[in-house]
Amino acid sequence: MSSNKKVPASESGLQNKFRNITDTNLLLLITIVVFFVMYIGAIIFQGKGFLKPQTFFNILNSNAALIIAACGMSIVMITGGIDISVGGVAALVSMCCAVYLDFHDGNVFVSILIALAIGLGYGIVQGFLVAYLDIQPFIVSLAGMFFARGMTTIVNTNPFNVQNESFVSLKETRITVPGLGSVNKLGKYVPAYIEIGVVVALLTVIILFCVLRWTKLGRGFYAVGGNSQSALMLGINVKRTKFISHLLCGLLAGIGGFVYFMHVGSGSASHASGMEMNAIASSIIGGTMLTGGVGNIIGTLFGVLSLNTIQNIVSSAGYDDAWWTGITIAAMLCLFLIVQSIVMARKKK
Amino acid sequence: MKNIHKNFPGVRALQGVNFTLCEGEIHALMGENGAGKSTLIKVLTGVYGKDEGQIFIKGNDKAAVIHSPQDAQRYGISTVYQEITLCPNLSVAENMYIGRTAGIYQNWKKMNEDADKILQSLDIPAKATQQLASCSIAVQQMVAIARAVDMECKVLILDEPTSSLDEQEVEKLFGLMRDLKARGVGIIFVTHFLDQVYEVCDRITVLRDGKLVGSYDIKDLPRVQLVSKMLGKDLDDMSDIKGEHSAYNKKDASEHVFEAEQLVSDAGIKPFDFYINKGEVNGFTGLLGSGRSECVRAIFGADRVLGGTVKKNGKAVKISKPIDAMRNGIAYLPEDRKVDGIVGELSVRENIILALQVLKGFFKPFSKAEANKFADEYIKLLGIKTASADTPIKSLSGGNQQKAILARWLITNPEYLILDEPTRGIDVGTKIDIQKLVLKLASEGMSVTFISSETDEMLRTCSRLVVMRDRKVVGELSGKELTQSMIMSTIAGGERKE
Amino acid sequence: MKSENMKKSGVMVFLKKLVRQQIFIPIAALLLLAVFNLINDPSFYKITYGYNSAGDPVLSGYLMTILDYGSELAILAIGMTLVTAATGGQDISVGATIAISGSVILRILCGTNSRPETLQAPILVAFLVSCVVAMIFGAFNGALVAYFKIQPMVATLILFTAGRSIAAWINNNELPIISDPVFSYFGGFIPGIPIPTPFFIAAACMIVTGLVLKFTTLGLYTQSVGINESSSRLNGLNPAFIKFLTFVILGLCVAVAGLIKVSRLSSINYSVIAKDIEMDAILAVALGGNALSGGKFNMTASILGAYVIQFLTTTLYKLNVQSDALPAYKAVVVIVLVVLSAPIVREKLSAFFKKINSKQRFKEVG
Repeated sequence: MSSNKKVPASESGLQNKFRNITDTNLLLLITIVVFFVMYIGAIIFQGKGFLKPQTFFNILNSNAALIIAACGMSIVMITGGIDISVGGVAALVSMCCAVYLDFHDGNVFVSILIALAIGLGYGIVQGFLVAYLDIQPFIVSLAGMFFARGMTTIVNTNPFNVQNESFVSLKETRITVPGLGSVNKLGKYVPAYIEIGVVVALLTVIILFCVLRWTKLGRGFYAVGGNSQSALMLGINVKRTKFISHLLCGLLAGIGGFVYFMHVGSGSASHASGMEMNAIASSIIGGTMLTGGVGNIIGTLFGVLSLNTIQNIVSSAGYDDAWWTGITIAAMLCLFLIVQSIVMARKKK
Repeated sequence: MKNIHKNFPGVRALQGVNFTLCEGEIHALMGENGAGKSTLIKVLTGVYGKDEGQIFIKGNDKAAVIHSPQDAQRYGISTVYQEITLCPNLSVAENMYIGRTAGIYQNWKKMNEDADKILQSLDIPAKATQQLASCSIAVQQMVAIARAVDMECKVLILDEPTSSLDEQEVEKLFGLMRDLKARGVGIIFVTHFLDQVYEVCDRITVLRDGKLVGSYDIKDLPRVQLVSKMLGKDLDDMSDIKGEHSAYNKKDASEHVFEAEQLVSDAGIKPFDFYINKGEVNGFTGLLGSGRSECVRAIFGADRVLGGTVKKNGKAVKISKPIDAMRNGIAYLPEDRKVDGIVGELSVRENIILALQVLKGFFKPFSKAEANKFADEYIKLLGIKTASADTPIKSLSGGNQQKAILARWLITNPEYLILDEPTRGIDVGTKIDIQKLVLKLASEGMSVTFISSETDEMLRTCSRLVVMRDRKVVGELSGKELTQSMIMSTIAGGERKE
Repeated sequence: MKSENMKKSGVMVFLKKLVRQQIFIPIAALLLLAVFNLINDPSFYKITYGYNSAGDPVLSGYLMTILDYGSELAILAIGMTLVTAATGGQDISVGATIAISGSVILRILCGTNSRPETLQAPILVAFLVSCVVAMIFGAFNGALVAYFKIQPMVATLILFTAGRSIAAWINNNELPIISDPVFSYFGGFIPGIPIPTPFFIAAACMIVTGLVLKFTTLGLYTQSVGINESSSRLNGLNPAFIKFLTFVILGLCVAVAGLIKVSRLSSINYSVIAKDIEMDAILAVALGGNALSGGKFNMTASILGAYVIQFLTTTLYKLNVQSDALPAYKAVVVIVLVVLSAPIVREKLSAFFKKINSKQRFKEVG
């Protein structure tokens, strides 16, 4: 055997630690570091705006839906699949709920049920096609995306704002964050606030984190994504696990859609456009591997935050046009894909 | 002593094989490819159903019912395969426990403690919290064993666990095996490495062509006899078999057409030297996994070459990819026809012209007429049975697929033809056709390397044999030395029978 | 009993042979649509000869619309078929890359002024530059797929997102308008010729493709790589390069389609141009009976598939379906196609048919 293959016992401690850390934690660490470096950089170079707690909370407020959808995406990606229909589902959900609330004078509670039903339905169909009929997840969810977008137009063509009173009051509900706030231009103290969606998003993150970490099902996701053949031999029901991952992703897309709806308060076919991409990018930046088996929900949260921090930096640097967003996200995605492959390749050595 | 009996008379791939494993013994299951080892194991573990026969466990009068791997596990039969069937992205402890316990909640603390206990008791150098991918292959293999042990297995099947390990790692594994043996676990050990069998095993069962040759105590069966039993030749009648192969007269004076010096590839073979003369037929022999395929793959540039040189007519040529080798007049018929040979959905014609087409170049496609001419000529010449040249090659029988691949290389008119197991899995008639063809080609001046698991064939066709064992060249036989017994004793190594 | 069946099966064998032909799938779909339209409204097939606003003679009617607007799709289907065959995946960034190459053409024709009186460069130059740019973007996708081994759809997702933004950036987010009538010939009519120009461009592309497939070994190589990569390597091919090459070829197809697209409007709308065309192109390949998992392909069937998709689109338009709602219908078609072609479903179906067959035989005997 080649002599250099042996790992010398007297390796430096740091290198040993690098080798022993799990892939998931390593990528998570990178993400968190990147986020803080970026945020501190933003504070230094872009001025005081980023120092206000509300700036941070605004990132949360406007991205609660993305966080939820990205969590679902992470689960599917950890299991080794992908789902690009989440944006379409979110648009479909907001349009359906908007139409129901305004044209049929509906109940907010029922509209939530509608959102859940749409998400669940999507999850079941896509999950069945992917897991039990063994069709490529990408093709399935691509068709799913187009179907959702088309259906949104069929449900109602023109965008409109929802006037339903109980919904508007729900949408306007703001939860103040105790102890944090800033003094505005008039010298008045304004407490920082978050929307209900953020609470839902954070709850989702916490619950899913627990599911992935402390349940058999969660570990099953990792096992299937790591090596589905082995997972089968180890006694895991691979098909069912895949099915559940898509089901969860669909359901979360539905919830995310409703949270998005609560944030914007209107229905439109062009809502949540590019959300699937943002969700995928957030997951990848958050340390989820496209090849499956590696990833972390906390990382995904930081992925979303990083993505939006950089967008804020770009826009506050004067590149305010909407089209910069697409380029920024794609560039970040490309960068992290390459970083991932380099880190992994180095670790394998 | 409670014995475990498994009887399978009448299974097609296995004809009336009886196999007995005792508690606390390491039992080697030996046989060449296709002898039925893996079938036997798969029946035992419930992957295949059995047609007839019964399996008895622990002296129970009632036969055990095993329909699936899960059933087998319930009876305490665990298997560790050659390829690691664990999840590299999970921790060691998880790999040991996942998919085994009921309930929803994953108790990490308890799991890690339990896992550490087992790892310690088995003396496996891994931590429970470590990610599996960060362990060496040997340790991963041991973790798989630890999983099996913790499932309180009474029978542990190790299917070629050592083929990707180096010597030290194998040593560690053997330590573990002996330890388990002392605990009363019965181990079935499948391997191609003879040294290893003699190092750890208590008894040997030899299978050949789906039939039981016999079970022997290790001390009653010297190596040479083991090899002869595996290959199916009795030592006594072997001395005068030689007459058959004198069809070819060695041309002594001819120069080396191709030479390899200290060639080594990333497929794990040790550096080797090799040469072949014009019009010579030689062969690499050795048991499966001895590295014979890897050698020729290195010459052809199919694996990544790490060092050494290849010389053509004395001049060094650079071969780093298959196309380099092809341009230098080397052709290679790969060992695994399905994976490396045929292009399934393409027609027989396209499969036949593929290599020549690649050599000819991107902008010079053959016209349909030319392609048909080639295809028809070789279909006739080699007697390929196909409905037409347009039939997808995957619908042909194995032998005819092989002939088509052979045709693919023959039309490139190579100076040096490498045939890796050209006769595996094909009928006797075709086998003889191919052997005749090889001798004919050689007499026309082509150099041929012929690799086969069947020593008979090698003796009939080759004038010189390179013998390999455990991934290195251990000898070279030619002329009078070319006898079954010499080959066997060289393969076996150590004790050489005069 | 067997001989009886044999006599009967003469016609059946012929039918079966016909059904097995790959091109049967798009033809059947075409017939289905044609008959549907015939029943629904025979005036669908009316072609009128008239004069357009510029006073040039033109043929118009739904069939002409199909021939006209199916052109870009047919051109894309050529490249998409090759990519699918070699990589077993699809490029979903074609719409975005069309936006980029169209934007490049306009940028070069307009120079710095977004509404020039005269063209700032010959159209040919602009087109050639856009070809190069599109091929570079194709090469980017190809490199990610072939050398970095990222799944084709995920790799092309990057450009799918960023492409339209890049297109807008090329023209500083302005909307240039070309007033020179010559430029509009490519997407409209050449004076005196009543047949839409895109059809000729598509025909030219098909001829070139036919010649390339005849006079190079591209077809054999891509199929070989798509079917068995390992075996292809041992036969001296370079699978990574061939995958890369197919993406570059697709880039070229995209540039041609981009020229037609911007010529139609003499302008560009970054977020709308060639919207959802990736879906149609993939659908064309699938409808052509080509496996989306790669391997053997039939170029004629793919091109025919593209026109069938356009036929479907036009039919839906005629039924007053909104353009934004179209994807929903097409998505259903895609799902039906992939479900029917999934190996598991196929096995079940063939088992089911065998059962029915044997039952029938049983009845005959009884």
